[in-house]
Amino acid sequence: MTRKKRRLYMLGLALLGLGSATALALTAFQDNIVFFYSPSQLQTQQVGDRNFRLGGLVEEGSVKKQPDGVTTVFRVTDTAHTVDVRYRGQLPDLFREGQGVVAEGRMTGGVFVAREVLAKHDENYMPPEVSEALKQAGVYKNPADSATKTAKKE
Amino acid sequence: MIPELGHYALVLALFVALVQSVPPLVGAATRNGAWMNVAVPAAIAQMLLVLIAYAALTWAHVVSDFSVLNVVQNSHSAKPMLYKVSGVWGNHEGSMMLWIVMLTIFGAAVAAFGRNLPPTLKARVLAVQGLIGVGFLLFILITSNPFIRVVPAPIDGNDLNPLLQDPGLAFHPPFLYAGYVGFSMAFSFAVAALIEGRVDPAWARWVRPWTLAAWSTLTMGIAMGSWWAYYELGWGGWWYWDPVENASFMPWLAGTALLHSAIVVEKRDALKSWTILLAIVTFSLSLMGTFLVRSGILTSVHAFAVDPKRGIFILVLLAVATGGSLLLYSLRAPTLKAGGLFAPISREGALVLNNLLLSTATATVFIGTLYPLFLDIMKLGKVSVGAPFFNATFLPVAIPMVVAMVVGPFLSWKRADLGAALSRLWVAGVAVVIAVAVTAYVKAGGGPLLALVGIGLAAWAFVGSLVEFADRIALFRTPFRNSWNRAVHLPRSAWGMTIAHACLGLSILGMTGTSAWQTESITAMKPGDRASVAGYEFRFDSVGLVDGPNFKAERGVFTVTRDGQRVATLEPERRSYSTTRMTTTESAIHTTVFSDLYVALGDPTQNGTAWIVRIYHHPLVPWIWIGGVGMMLGGLVSLTDRRFRIGAPERRRAAGKTGGKSAPLPAE
Repeated sequence: MTRKKRRLYMLGLALLGLGSATALALTAFQDNIVFFYSPSQLQTQQVGDRNFRLGGLVEEGSVKKQPDGVTTVFRVTDTAHTVDVRYRGQLPDLFREGQGVVAEGRMTGGVFVAREVLAKHDENYMPPEVSEALKQAGVYKNPADSATKTAKKE
Repeated sequence: MIPELGHYALVLALFVALVQSVPPLVGAATRNGAWMNVAVPAAIAQMLLVLIAYAALTWAHVVSDFSVLNVVQNSHSAKPMLYKVSGVWGNHEGSMMLWIVMLTIFGAAVAAFGRNLPPTLKARVLAVQGLIGVGFLLFILITSNPFIRVVPAPIDGNDLNPLLQDPGLAFHPPFLYAGYVGFSMAFSFAVAALIEGRVDPAWARWVRPWTLAAWSTLTMGIAMGSWWAYYELGWGGWWYWDPVENASFMPWLAGTALLHSAIVVEKRDALKSWTILLAIVTFSLSLMGTFLVRSGILTSVHAFAVDPKRGIFILVLLAVATGGSLLLYSLRAPTLKAGGLFAPISREGALVLNNLLLSTATATVFIGTLYPLFLDIMKLGKVSVGAPFFNATFLPVAIPMVVAMVVGPFLSWKRADLGAALSRLWVAGVAVVIAVAVTAYVKAGGGPLLALVGIGLAAWAFVGSLVEFADRIALFRTPFRNSWNRAVHLPRSAWGMTIAHACLGLSILGMTGTSAWQTESITAMKPGDRASVAGYEFRFDSVGLVDGPNFKAERGVFTVTRDGQRVATLEPERRSYSTTRMTTTESAIHTTVFSDLYVALGDPTQNGTAWIVRIYHHPLVPWIWIGGVGMMLGGLVSLTDRRFRIGAPERRRAAGKTGGKSAPLPAE
């Protein structure tokens, strides 16, 4: 095989690899992308039966354990609107009222049934989507302002 | 005083790094020996200065000097000593210090042991290392100075994030960083070679040990991180395809490709320009990993609160390093002479396939990780990409890769016979059939079809790699003593390859087992309650209060029995750290090597008499990490190969043959 021919083969193979990666990615994106909505966006958004992420603050005083002991209901708010959430399972260690939360799941009969509540490693951490959503609702306080005293943690 | 000394040493290190980079570059261009030689003492001086700075910071942490902001924010007088030391790198500023420590140690190692390197190459490698050092020292001094004082000094500190107070995570960052930073050596060698305009087998032989070392430590770092997530986060998952995890996985994939393509450069003098590109890409991905973790722009289960200014700085650093080196590549790569020819079915061909698949895999992970960011910047909505995407894109690439991985070592260089290679693998084929049949029979339709593929793949990788080794030492074909002799005299790199490839099979076994057949139970349990999971009975005996050095804990006691026989007592804890007001879950795990029994104690229920208890049965899960450790060992064994002794290869010798008596030995 000549050098030129070999280079051509290599180029072809590389393109094949890149092409298949893109094709795989694009087909996978169609089914597996999870959108993020704030409670306000949910008012206008048709979500149907799809899986999505909901983010906002856990409303103060809304967290209630159900009698079975493992199900928790709470409300997620961006202060303009709220959404009822139900989650069966153990909440992450840093789940707290008044703090930011991101949950993944779907709407069932007007209630957001969470499959997963995302954990955080750090109590000052605010998922970027949540701070964005709060900014849009006009109630965002820069956590850095309130956190300068409590000091940021790694 | 001591923190100021540290700060001063760090500033000095910045200037020494400048001296390490600029004069040697000029000297190498003008063939001025004196100017080039500056790089060697400068690299060693830079390392010593950075070590002094690091020691000063460690001192402040160990003696709990609360006049230093970094100590106040991340330490507490009651914190155990292990975490006082590991807490140094358990925060942003300190972890960047650790990064630069690693960088300068690698640089000094080249300076000290690279006596046989051609002077211009050595000067340029050290100069590029110096430039990376300049970038990171500036970053630390401008945005993340760890030596800032607070006046007045508080009485005690805020304590380290409790999730990080764990032996698994204490040593996770050093390994991970040694890996990331180790790839900077491959990068420096690549850029130096581009400036030189010359890549040859000797070059590859200098680059390979560094890449191997970096790859091994990165493998260990990722394995430790995944193990930590498994037992500390209390969810029992070992990999989430989370952006922060992907950030460490992408350099690993690219580094694995680099490791293999460097073999082709070394043995056959081919794929040179591709290998250079891979070296650049691998280190760029390491930098990008740092950027993703440190900037906090992606939502991640592992994310920490961060300062956006730092993210921008690293982004600029990334742009300069990647952009600059790619520009140099585009100018210089066409001048690199292409080397040996080979047929598509050959060892080279197999390694090209390996590289192609690994790059494709890297690309899919890259697309999935950065796509949400892309959409966000384009204002097209907020999305996240999770495990289903990666399973759908990564697995179709990974599966053929593992299949080919076993066949590749059977092929000879230049031209090979695929049929002959496959026929030598019949034992592995039989093993696959048996493994799949047994699994299908035992599990009788339980679990997805993909699980059978996984089990078959694991058997293929493990048995196939051993068959290759047996074939090489002519096991059962010559008297055993003879085979033993061959095994002893086989190059260490061959041993390393067999170990690493076989252990990948073990990891696949673990991943498949736990993904397909894990069982879990989440219930509210009162002391005295029983739960039954996977044939084991868990009795919740009691809950007691325990006092730790800087936490209080509720400790549950569970007795596990099977068919009336006592199996284990598990004591999961729920710790409350008073200073940080955080709670952590310390799960209790009983491992039989073939499966893990896992109990995590959750929140108490409303009236406080019962607790949410998560019980898991994870079949085969320990093999994920046994395989990971094995892969690292494979890398280390390979590193002890005599050809890679640091400084051993010389260009003169390499130009002729691959070296003395190794010629008749089977190629690696």
